[in-house]
Amino acid sequence: MTIDLTDTSTGAIHEALTQARRRMGGPASGTVLTLIIVTDESEQYDAVRAASQAGREHPSRILAVITRRPKGESRLDAEIRVGETGPGETILLRMYGPLGQHADSVVAPLLAPDVPVVTWWPDEAPSAPGGDPLGAVAQRRVTDAAASETPKDMLLTLAKAYKPGDTDLSWTRATSWRSLLAATLDQPYPELLRGEVLAEPGNPSADLIAAWLGQRLDLDVRRGESGGPGITEVNFETPDGKVALSRPDGRNATLSWPGRPERRVALHRRDTAELVAEELRRLEPDEVYAETLRALAAGVGSSAP
Amino acid sequence: MTDDEGLAPANPGVIKGLHEMSESRNPLRDPRDRRIPRVAGPCVLVMFGVTGDLARKKLMPAIYDLANRGLLPPGFSFVGFARRDWEDEDFAQLTYRAVKEYARTPFRDAVWQQLSEGVRFVSGSFDDDEAFDQLASCVMRLDEERGTGGNYAFYLSIPPGQFPTVVQQLKRSGLSDPSAGGWRRVVIEKPFGHDLASARELNDILEEVFPPDAVFRIDHYLGKETVQNILALRFANEMYEPIWNRGYVDHVQITMAEDIGIGGRAGYYDGIGAARDVIQNHLLQLLALVAMEEPVAFDADSLRMEKEKVLSAVRLPADIAEGTARGQYSAGWQGGRQVHGFLEEDGIPPDSRTETYAALRLGVDTRRWAGVPFYLRAGKRLPRRMTEIALIFQRAPHLPFSATDTEELGQNALVIRIQPDEGITVRFGSKVPGTAMEVRDVNMDFAYGESFTESSPEAYERLLLDVLIGDPPLFPRQAEVELGWRILDPVEDFWASRTKPDQYPAGTAGPPSADALMARDNRAWRRL
Repeated sequence: MTIDLTDTSTGAIHEALTQARRRMGGPASGTVLTLIIVTDESEQYDAVRAASQAGREHPSRILAVITRRPKGESRLDAEIRVGETGPGETILLRMYGPLGQHADSVVAPLLAPDVPVVTWWPDEAPSAPGGDPLGAVAQRRVTDAAASETPKDMLLTLAKAYKPGDTDLSWTRATSWRSLLAATLDQPYPELLRGEVLAEPGNPSADLIAAWLGQRLDLDVRRGESGGPGITEVNFETPDGKVALSRPDGRNATLSWPGRPERRVALHRRDTAELVAEELRRLEPDEVYAETLRALAAGVGSSAP
Repeated sequence: MTDDEGLAPANPGVIKGLHEMSESRNPLRDPRDRRIPRVAGPCVLVMFGVTGDLARKKLMPAIYDLANRGLLPPGFSFVGFARRDWEDEDFAQLTYRAVKEYARTPFRDAVWQQLSEGVRFVSGSFDDDEAFDQLASCVMRLDEERGTGGNYAFYLSIPPGQFPTVVQQLKRSGLSDPSAGGWRRVVIEKPFGHDLASARELNDILEEVFPPDAVFRIDHYLGKETVQNILALRFANEMYEPIWNRGYVDHVQITMAEDIGIGGRAGYYDGIGAARDVIQNHLLQLLALVAMEEPVAFDADSLRMEKEKVLSAVRLPADIAEGTARGQYSAGWQGGRQVHGFLEEDGIPPDSRTETYAALRLGVDTRRWAGVPFYLRAGKRLPRRMTEIALIFQRAPHLPFSATDTEELGQNALVIRIQPDEGITVRFGSKVPGTAMEVRDVNMDFAYGESFTESSPEAYERLLLDVLIGDPPLFPRQAEVELGWRILDPVEDFWASRTKPDQYPAGTAGPPSADALMARDNRAWRRL
């Protein structure tokens, strides 16, 4: 059911929620977290949809904070959705006028009791997420450098302001590549002389993978450019030849290894809902991400061609 | 039947040690990096009995789901062996249909394409030397073509009667012999024998060819999230363990009820019965997880050690006649349909004495559980399908209310629901709203499906992956199997000396003798 409240208050939203829940027979009893989405009217649909899909794995109270007409009168409109898209409940909060600057005062009373809070900026994120009032209430802050105009600079900005609990969807996108690379090096491997990550220009996940490889393997890793889609190849120069994991079509990857048959494996690009679901799976600080960001800021994995 | 030296020796933990070593060698793996999943190394899975229901409905979909989740290695290959005049494509087609119909995760063409490149089929019967030689050359070709590194897992989804032939063939053809650096694992399903002697016989056959730590016994119950959650509930929390003992618990009921009859399994079921089919393995494993002491670590050795300890402390009732009950369903109405009785089922002789319902009272002779009975029951054609563990607590020692206030107050209970509708229920007394003081039982519910994923992995997915990784905590070892038979054998012997099981109409909750068993202890079964 959907309930529209105009020019309302958090108290009224609470009351409407409680009533809706009673009428529906308590569908949101198993909520495991509150997810705050900071977005604008043009992007909210996709973000809320992805979050609701992820909510099937992690039933959440989703609070979408949408700022509108900052110059007008202060006003709060709420759209409450319960029992429509799966478990959990979604509240779209439209904030008009100066209220938009004080979104935290609206959000704080609406956080589900006792469960963790995650804040997600699907588009442009503040340069210091941990310092943002909506980021400060959360123990996990999710940004997306790929949504920025200059993704790599965004990563460097985030590195400067890093606080435990920060994470970025471009790092999440790197997971399937990273797990395949880790699996590749599970078997005995020859000495690695240098590495290379190829991706379309401005792909922050490739920057992170290059920094991660450079830092973990203590290796010279070059970040090269290709036509995409996304990341197309990671390879290592060895005395025996080239060990390479390549994915030209965005779907299937091929592992080539000198003197061994080529092996293929599915490596598809994941949609936002899957990324958000992975992000919500673990809520403790991601130390490996922190180290990788630090390495990136220190210039690891960015060696010139 | 009481000699003790036959128990399997302690597992040296070889596999675990190797696993840790390779992880520390790989600089890309970091225990803090929780995003990177455990992925199996290069390997071939060879399956015997590919045309069976289990293979089609559970195993093949599980393989696809693992591939779809990116948990299978590049080059992973899947070989079927059966007496069918098939080519690789026919088998791939069978697998494709099974995956399409039963896979849990969405179907992706790219994943299937990639998986199907590694599907092979070898045709032959189990006594055909030539067929096994072909199988051997097939997997060796896969090593060359797809880089599977000489690592083979053999899944025996076949009746135990055929184990000796297949295992000997694996030995003869050299397939079971681990080459330098490769591993060999063999996976078997219940039943692990039908009594202690046959379980040992079966084990001897396997261990003649495979070392103990290469034998993976699948008890799919142990792959279920809720079953693994028993350990989390007990040992990750502070509020349950202090009352998890005889000081607070009155008794424990472990139930596995099925609404179906024996279906097409007459050939297997007749002569086996409910106790051997599910109590000896699933229910005793659940008992072990509920009753065991805290393991020192969450690894295979420590877990199995505690499970073996508590299973060795399980005692049968002094008078087996009083402490057990068994029944056979007769014709009746189950779930709105008229159904046959057990003796009228196809393939069941009219004088069969096989039980379709079994209940027993067990004691656990430890300081924690002395005097707390564990009631186990399992049956077919009961009102509904349900598996649960219920800890029923003692009544409060003193109630400062008048007797009429608490007339409707029962005993507190903590119920772990295994299937369906996985979750945990706590039952306690609460004041009924109103002016008078009146206390009544209410339920507080935690449903897995509500708090976590709607797509929690199938038990087989988890277990198959563990086999391919070589991670043994969730697999019972031979000692546990033997302890299970030690508990059950005297009961089966006693039942064999008696006449027929009691009848219960299909769709009812079991024979009156089972209710009488509880009534003698002034207790009652939980409603099904």
